[in-house]
Amino acid sequence: MGMTKTENTSSAVKQKKNILQWFNSLTDTNKLLLITIVAFVLMYVSAMIFEGKGFLKPQALCNILINNAALIITACGMSVVMITGGIDISVGGVVALVSMICAVYLDLHGGNVVVALLIALGVGLAFGLIQGFLVAYLEIQPFIVTLAGMFFARGLITIIHSEPFDVKNEAFVALKDTRIEIPFIGSFNNRGVFMPVYINIGVIVALVIVVLLFVLLRWSKIGRHFYAVGGNAQSALMLGINVKRTRFLSHIICGLLAGIGGFVYVLYVGSGSPSNALGMEMNAIASSIIGGTMLTGGVGNIIGTLFGVLSLSTIKDIVASAGLTDPWWTGITIAAMLCLFLIIQSVVISGKRKK
Amino acid sequence: MEKKTNILKKFVGNQLFIPLVALLLLIIFNLINDPSFFVITILKTKEGFPVLSGSLISIIDFGSELAILAIGMTIVTAATGGQDISVGAVIAISGSTMLRVLCGTNPQPDKLLAPIFVAFLVGALAAMLCGAFNGLLVAQFKIQPMVATLILYTAGRSIAAWINENRLPIIGEPSFGYIGNFLPGVPIPTPVFIAIACMIIIALVQKFTNLKLFTQAVGINEESSRLNGINPKFMKFMSFVILGLFVSVAALIKVTRISTITYSVIAKDIEMDAILAVALGGNKLSGGKYNIWASILGAYVIQFLTTTLYKLQVRSDALPAYKAVVVILLVIISAPAVRDKFAQITKKIKAKKAVNGGV
Amino acid sequence: MQEGTVLEMRGIHKSFPGVHALQGVQFTLRKGEIHALMGENGAGKSTLIKVLTGVYSKDEGSIMLDGHKGEVSIKSPQDAQNVGISTVYQEITLCPNLSVAENMFIGRTTAGAVLKWKDMNRAADKILKNLDIPAKATQQLGSCSIAVQQMVAIARAVDMDCKVLILDEPTSSLDEQEVEKLFKLMRDLKSRGVGIVFVTHFLDQVYAVSDRITVLRDGKFIGEYTVAELPRLKLVSTMLGKEMDDLADIKEDKAVNSQKDEVPVIEVEKLHSTTGIKPFDFYINKGEVNGFTGLLGSGRSECVRAIFGADKTIGGVIKIEGKKVKIAAPIDAMKHGIAYLPEDRKNDGIIGDLSVKDNIILALQVLEGFFKPLSEKEKNKFAEEYIKLLDIKTASPETPIKSLSGGNQQKCILARWLLTHPNYLILDEPTRGIDVGTKVDIQKLVLKLASEGMSITFISSEQDEMIRTCSRLVVMRDGRVVGELTGDDISQTKIMSTIAGE
Repeated sequence: MGMTKTENTSSAVKQKKNILQWFNSLTDTNKLLLITIVAFVLMYVSAMIFEGKGFLKPQALCNILINNAALIITACGMSVVMITGGIDISVGGVVALVSMICAVYLDLHGGNVVVALLIALGVGLAFGLIQGFLVAYLEIQPFIVTLAGMFFARGLITIIHSEPFDVKNEAFVALKDTRIEIPFIGSFNNRGVFMPVYINIGVIVALVIVVLLFVLLRWSKIGRHFYAVGGNAQSALMLGINVKRTRFLSHIICGLLAGIGGFVYVLYVGSGSPSNALGMEMNAIASSIIGGTMLTGGVGNIIGTLFGVLSLSTIKDIVASAGLTDPWWTGITIAAMLCLFLIIQSVVISGKRKK
Repeated sequence: MEKKTNILKKFVGNQLFIPLVALLLLIIFNLINDPSFFVITILKTKEGFPVLSGSLISIIDFGSELAILAIGMTIVTAATGGQDISVGAVIAISGSTMLRVLCGTNPQPDKLLAPIFVAFLVGALAAMLCGAFNGLLVAQFKIQPMVATLILYTAGRSIAAWINENRLPIIGEPSFGYIGNFLPGVPIPTPVFIAIACMIIIALVQKFTNLKLFTQAVGINEESSRLNGINPKFMKFMSFVILGLFVSVAALIKVTRISTITYSVIAKDIEMDAILAVALGGNKLSGGKYNIWASILGAYVIQFLTTTLYKLQVRSDALPAYKAVVVILLVIISAPAVRDKFAQITKKIKAKKAVNGGV
Repeated sequence: MQEGTVLEMRGIHKSFPGVHALQGVQFTLRKGEIHALMGENGAGKSTLIKVLTGVYSKDEGSIMLDGHKGEVSIKSPQDAQNVGISTVYQEITLCPNLSVAENMFIGRTTAGAVLKWKDMNRAADKILKNLDIPAKATQQLGSCSIAVQQMVAIARAVDMDCKVLILDEPTSSLDEQEVEKLFKLMRDLKSRGVGIVFVTHFLDQVYAVSDRITVLRDGKFIGEYTVAELPRLKLVSTMLGKEMDDLADIKEDKAVNSQKDEVPVIEVEKLHSTTGIKPFDFYINKGEVNGFTGLLGSGRSECVRAIFGADKTIGGVIKIEGKKVKIAAPIDAMKHGIAYLPEDRKNDGIIGDLSVKDNIILALQVLEGFFKPLSEKEKNKFAEEYIKLLDIKTASPETPIKSLSGGNQQKCILARWLLTHPNYLILDEPTRGIDVGTKVDIQKLVLKLASEGMSITFISSEQDEMIRTCSRLVVMRDGRVVGELTGDDISQTKIMSTIAGE
C-alpha cells in the first residue's frame, strides 16, 4: 500500500513538473493568454454552479457580448497601443464624443446612418492622428497627451450638447433593434418553447474587428513591428524598423477603433448623453491587462483582450448577484482585478527576467 | 548693453517667467474684456458680518485646494518623474472618511460624534494610506506612476461612496462650515489661511529637512543617489505619502465648503489642474529639479484662468476642453524634440545674420 | 585593394568637440580571417567601429569593400547592413519578446506585408541547425541564454549575407562554455570566408581565435601584427605604449607601508558579488595607498563596488579594524567611513542638474541624516573651502555641475567624499578623461592624504600613475585576483607580465 502511495505521489509530482515545464516553455504572450482563459472559464463555471439560472442559459453569454460590444472594440485598440508600449486614455472620451456627435446628427439634424458612421470614423481618426503625431514624432509622454485628449473630448461633449436625449431617427432605431438569431443554439423557456439565442449588429462588428486585428497582429509585418517596438524600441530601431511610424500607426488604429466603438455604443444605448461611456478608458485598460497585455509593451493578444472584457463583465455580474448590488462595488471590483493581474504579470514575467 | 540682455536673459530663464507672463496676459485680457473683474466689494454674510467678495477673492479662495495639491504633486513629480492622477478620487475618499467619523451611520446627526480635528486626522490617515498604496506600486513594483495611480483613479470614488454606504451626510454644526468658508468676523475666506499655513509648513520642511535635496537627487540621477547613500525607493514611496497628506487638507476644505459630499463630483478633474500647475510652473514633468513656489503660482494662474472662463459664461463641464488645449500647448513647447528643432532654426538664423553682417 | 581583402579603411579621421578621436587610422580585413581590434579605453576602437557601421560619419578617409568599386559611403546602420557589414553589440539588440525566428527576419526588406510563419520558421531552423545553435525557431528569444541570444544575433547577420561581421565585446557576459560555443561559431564562419572583426578586452580570447591583431592607441594606428609576431607581453606593452626595456620605473616618495602585524583598516575575505567576479581577499592598512590593476573589464571596479555595497554581495566577510560589519547598501559603507568615487562619472557620480555646491555637500548631508540639513552658511563655507582647496574652476557654487568640464566635475565628486572625512577612500579611475595638470594634482593629493593617515585604493588605467602612487598592487585578470605586487616589484614590466599571465 505504502509503496503505491509513494509511487502515486511521485508520478503526480512528475506530472506537475511536466506541466510546469510545458508552461515555462510557452511564450510570454501565450502564458498570459492561458491564465486569462483559465480565469474566465473558472469564473464562468463557478458562476453557473453557484449563481445558477441566469448563467446557465446560452443567452447569458450573448448578453455579455451585446452589453460590451463597444468595450470590446475600444479595448482592442487599447491593446494595440499597449503592445506597442504606449497607452491611450482618451478612448473613453472619444467614444462618448463620437456617440454624442452621432446622436446629435441623427436626431436633431435628421442625418443619415451611413454618414453618421463616417463621422464617427473621422472623429476617431482625427484623435488618433493628432495624438499619434505628438507621441511618436514629438516624443511627448503618451499619458500626458492622451489625458489631455480625454479632457478635451469630455469638455467638447458638453459644448455640443449638455442634456441627455434619445435618438428617434427611424433608420437608426431599426438598425439598433435588429436582432440576429443564431439557429440551433438556445434554450427552452417556461412554456417549453425553443428560444434561439440572438445577438445584435454591434456584436458582429466587434467580433469582426477581433478577428481582423488578431490576423493583423499575428500575420502582418506591421503587426509584428508593434510587438518589436513594444518589446525594445532601441533594438527595433537597430533591426531596421521605423519606430516612429509604428507608434504613430498604433495610435491611429486605436483612434479609429474608438470611433467605431463610439458608433456601436450609441447604437447600443440609443441616446446621447454627457455621461455616456464614463470611465470606459479604465475598463478598456483593465480588460487589456486582464487579457494578458503587458503595460510595459511587447506582450499581448487580441483574443486575450476579448476574454478580458468577458471576465470583467462576468465578475461584475457575479458581484452583483452575490448581493453586492451597491453601485460602488463595480469600480472597486475592477480596480481589484486590475491590481491582481498587474501583480500576476510582474510575478510571472518580470520575476523570471530578473535572473 | 550686455548687462541689460543678461538681466533679460536671466528673467526669461527664470522658472517664474512662464506663469508670470501667463498671469499678465490673463490680467490684460480681463482689463480689456471687463474691468469689473478686479472690483472687490464688501458683502454681509447671513450672520451679519462683512466679508470681501469679487473675482479676485474667489481666485485666491478657490485656488487654495489647487495650491495645496500642487505642493504635493510637485514633490511626486520631482522624485518619480511621473504624476499622480488619483488625487481627485483620494480627496473623495478622505472627505468621505472625515464625514463618516463625524456622522457615523446617521446622515444628519444633531451632534458630531467626534471633534473635527480627530475626523481630519483619520481622513489624513486614509489619504496617506492611499498614497502609500500608490507609492508601493511605483517604488517596489516599478509600475509607471500614472498607471499605478490609475487604479485608485477608477476605484476611488466608489470606495468613497462605500465608506458612507452612499448616504449623503450633511453636517449642521456651523463651526464645521467655518473651515471652508469664513470664520465669524474675519473678512477673508478661511481656505486662504489654510493654504498659507501649508505653504509655511512646506517652507519649514524644506528648510529643516533634506526633502528637497534628496527628492531632486533621486529624480535627476537615481543611481548616483543610491551610491551616495540615499534610498531611492523609500524617497519615491514617501513622496506619495506626503502628497497624501496634502490631499487630505484639500479634502477638508472641499467638504467644509458645502458641509456635505457628492462622491462623483467632488474635486472632479482636479488632478488635471494640479498637473497643469506643476507644468505651468516650469517644472519638468520628467522629474528632477523643482521650484515649489513656481508650482503654487501656477496653481493660482490656473484658478485665474478658470474664473475668467466662468466669467465668459463657459459651462463648468466644458472647462476641461479649454484647459486640455493649454496643456497640449505647454507640453509641445517644452518637448525636447520641439526645443531642439527650435534651437536649430535660431542657430541657422543667427549664422545667416553673422554671414550677412560679415559681408 | 589587394586580392583577398574584404574591407579596407584608410586614413580615417574623426573629431568630436575637444577630442581628435581618430587620427589617420587604417584597418584591413581579409576574407576568412578573425581580426582582433585591440586598444585600451579611449584608444578609438569603438569610434572606428561606429564609423564603419554608419553611426558616426567620418571626417576624412576612405572605406573600400570587396565587390564595390571605389569608396563606399555608409551613412546609417541600415546602409551598413545593405553593403554587407553586420554588427553584434555587447548589449543584445534584439527583441526578447519575439521568437527566435522573428528576431532573425524582422525588419528586413523582403517583399509583401504578410508573414509566412511556416516558411520563416523552416528557414530559421535551417540556419540554426547549420550554425549549430542550440535554439528552436519558435522559442521566445528571452527564454534563451545570453550566449544563444548573442548567436541568434550573429545568425541574423550571417543570413543577411554579410561579408564583414563585427563582434563588439560579445563575450563580456558569457561564461567559459558559452564562449567556447561562440568561438566554434566564429571559426565556422571564418571557414566560409566571412571576415570577422573581434573586439574584446580578454587577452586569452584574442589568442584563442584571432589570426591577426590591429592595435590602436590614443586614436592612432600603432600596428598590424600576426598573432605569432605579438606575444601577450608585447601586446600589453603595445597597447599601453610602453617599451619594456626603457621603462625607467620612477619611484617617488610613497607612503611607507606600515607594520605587518597592525590590524588593517579594511579586511575582506572571500567577498563575492553578483557581477561575475570570483571571490577575493583584500586588506588595506592605515595610511596605505594600494591599487587594483588589470585591463579594462578585468573586475577591478567590481571588487571595490562590492566593498562599498554598490553591487549586491552574495558571500564573504568585511571587517573594519578587525570587527565584522554588514554592508548591504552604500549608506552602511559610508557610515563606516568608506568613500567611493565611481568609475562612471556621468551616470554614477554627478547629479547633473544640481549645483556644484549641492553636489559637494551631498554625501555629508546624507550622512548627517534627513532631519539635519546643513545651514546655507555651512554649505557655502564647505563649498567655497573645497572649491579653493581643489582649485575647481566654476563660475559660482550655484552653477549646475553638468556645465563644468570633466576634470572639474571629478574634483567636485572628490570634494564630496573628502568632506565626509573618510578613513578609507576608493578612487576608481579618478583621472580618466581629464587634463594632465589635474591628474598630477589628484596624484599629489592622494599621497598627501595618505601621509595624513587616510587609507586609499587607487584604480587607474594609466599604469605610471599607479606606479607613482601605490605601495601595493592587486593584479586582476578575467574577474580573478592573479597576483599581488609590492615594493620593487611594482614596475611596468612586472605588472604587464602579471596581467598577461606569463
